[in-house]
Amino acid sequence: MTTPIDFKAQLIAEFQLNETRLNGESRSPLHQRRRLALTRFEQLGFPTIKNEEWKYSNVKNLISQPFSLTPPASVTAEDLSSLQIPNLTGNILYFINGQFQPQLSTIVSPESDVVILPFAEAAKRFPEVVETHFGAYADDEKDAFTALNTAFAQHGVFISVPKGKVVEEPVVLRFIADARTENVAVQPRNLILLGERAEIKVAESFRTLGEFTSFTNIVTEASLGENSHLEYYKVQDETEKAFHIGTTQIHHSQSSQSYGTTVTINGGFVRNNLNLVMGGENVEAHLYGLYLPNGRQHIDNHTLVDHAQPNSYSNELYKGILFDQSTGVFNGKIFVREDAQKTNAYQSCKNVLASGDATMNTKPQLEIYADDVKCSHGTTTGQMDEEALFYLQSRGIPKDKARALLMLAFAEDVVEKIKIPAIQEYLESAITRKVGEI
Amino acid sequence: MLKIENLQASIGEKQILKGINLEVKPGEVHAIMGPNGSGKSTLASVLAGRQDYEITGGSVEFDGKDLLEMAPEERAAEGIFLAFQYPVEIPGVSTTNFLKTALNEIRKYQGQEPLDAVSFLKRMKEKMKLVNIDQSLLSRSLNEGFSGGEKKRNEVFQMAMLEPKLGILDETDSGLDIDALRIVAEGVNTLRDGQRSFIVVTHYQRLLDYIVPDFVHVLYKGRIVKSGTKELALELEEKGYDWIKAEVDELV
Ligand SMILES: Nc1ncnc2c1ncn2[C@@H]1O[C@H](COP(=O)(O)OP(=O)(O)OP(=O)(O)O)[C@@H](O)[C@H]1O
Ligand SMILES: [Mg+2]
Repeated sequence: MTTPIDFKAQLIAEFQLNETRLNGESRSPLHQRRRLALTRFEQLGFPTIKNEEWKYSNVKNLISQPFSLTPPASVTAEDLSSLQIPNLTGNILYFINGQFQPQLSTIVSPESDVVILPFAEAAKRFPEVVETHFGAYADDEKDAFTALNTAFAQHGVFISVPKGKVVEEPVVLRFIADARTENVAVQPRNLILLGERAEIKVAESFRTLGEFTSFTNIVTEASLGENSHLEYYKVQDETEKAFHIGTTQIHHSQSSQSYGTTVTINGGFVRNNLNLVMGGENVEAHLYGLYLPNGRQHIDNHTLVDHAQPNSYSNELYKGILFDQSTGVFNGKIFVREDAQKTNAYQSCKNVLASGDATMNTKPQLEIYADDVKCSHGTTTGQMDEEALFYLQSRGIPKDKARALLMLAFAEDVVEKIKIPAIQEYLESAITRKVGEI
Repeated sequence: MLKIENLQASIGEKQILKGINLEVKPGEVHAIMGPNGSGKSTLASVLAGRQDYEITGGSVEFDGKDLLEMAPEERAAEGIFLAFQYPVEIPGVSTTNFLKTALNEIRKYQGQEPLDAVSFLKRMKEKMKLVNIDQSLLSRSLNEGFSGGEKKRNEVFQMAMLEPKLGILDETDSGLDIDALRIVAEGVNTLRDGQRSFIVVTHYQRLLDYIVPDFVHVLYKGRIVKSGTKELALELEEKGYDWIKAEVDELV
């Protein structure tokens, strides 16, 4: 007889065990913050579908599986050969089961342009900076997964671009879940800080090795100084057995810009939260997303754009192609607060159901408390354009190829937003392969 | 080359083609005229292989093969090209981009090697000149924001690129200005090589001054009710369709 898994209890016990090993560090402000987050997680518990935010995404299957919370990280360059992104250059950091792998990683940008450190090391070298920003943006009061991540925050990356620096080389974070021998749970935590006028491109790429189940619970917090510019990409190509829950929280200061693009090629159960707060005026933010679930994959994108200050602009475009019995969710929340006059906020979500058994749930949520604003939203969910398909066929292109061509064109709107050429090409070929095979 | 016998087609409960007979021999140009809604585009679509229609009777042979058995892409590869009356817009796909795929798929079907990039570009340049079309138009999303005339010119450009055995032009002249009409017609005439055939659907005699047809047919209520030579088009221009309608309706 097997006893039912109590994942929550297991996590709390793990936290307490870790705490006994801290040897004095437990008094540190950082750890106090973790402990606060654990208390919040204890109170919140895992969400059920009764929670409006989780209505279409049931985590029941996730929390009823046994996971190793401290999986080993022994992967060789050879093991990774099948996961390479061809022609990728720049700062490339590997994290195996959450842990930074210096021997596999390359950092090319000088530290005067950008400080790139494993999270734990940054906490030692720049304690005040980390204490100021860690947990200051991502909401762990209401979100159980963010609380859980905050409680366990230890692995991940710290990226800080000083005032006025434009980082030419991208920073690519490659998170590889090694599920070759057991079920693994990993909780990376990233902090990205941009000084005034700083500019950088950061990409997070997620892959899985092996046939066991993986669970990634990641939180990335980004704080954008005045006039800074962040390109942030999240690229997911995991196995059907991968659970992924992630929150990216971007805090904008005056006149800063962000371009956030999330592309999910594959994943078992995926929930991406992209939350933006306009903490100053004249902010410009672009949010793009693309998801291509097949089989029984479930991909859920939640976005939140909080126009807390006037004169800002946000533009959002999410697109999905859903195959087989897959399900998709798009929930786009836009707040325009009372003071946020002259806000321009646009949102659009377009979906193609490539199968009669696929389901897409879309929910735009606009809450507007200011009167002088321009806001629009629109969602469409339809079938493949049969007229276009016939047109291409009538030119001699076989139906399957014509369909793949149309899907690729549909996806290109989003893929082209990724300004790292190697990743863009890698995605184009991954999408071509995927739509061609189905 | 093309032999249509007693072709009947319907959409839903509605029968649109009620027994079409038409034979097109190599090198011939057949004009099809007729009032709105008489079934001209339906005939063109059925020949190109649109699935919306149910074939309820008759047969179509193309070069001795059963055309109705073939998928649209096979028909294209066998040498049928339809210039659409209403070309569709395809966001994100440019003419250049899909034509290369189309051309090489057709070549593959015909057992030929794919065209290399240089030869493809050379062919593009040549055919662009033929219909006086600009490269920038061909690089844009297909038909998105194209003017009516640009769409039609693009259709003829594609036909020139794919070099079909039978070109079906469905009202390619409507929407063209006077100069464009002449250019497009001259383009078509250049493609007339004694072997290639055309079915030209039009409402206007003017086009037939440029593309001189061997035969003119009048399609009415799903049937070819009158056939003649180019003089028939002149007569229609002058007298309209009423006299033909009267003749036909009297018989029914
Ligand atoms: N998808 C459809 N559903 C219902 N009726 C249709 C459909 N397609 C065509 N028809 C009908 O079939 C008839 C013939 O249409 P068709 O487009 O072939 O006419 P046409 O001769 O090309 O006319 P025009 O000169 O206006 O282009 C019309 O009555 C039209 O409404
Ligand atoms: Mg018509």
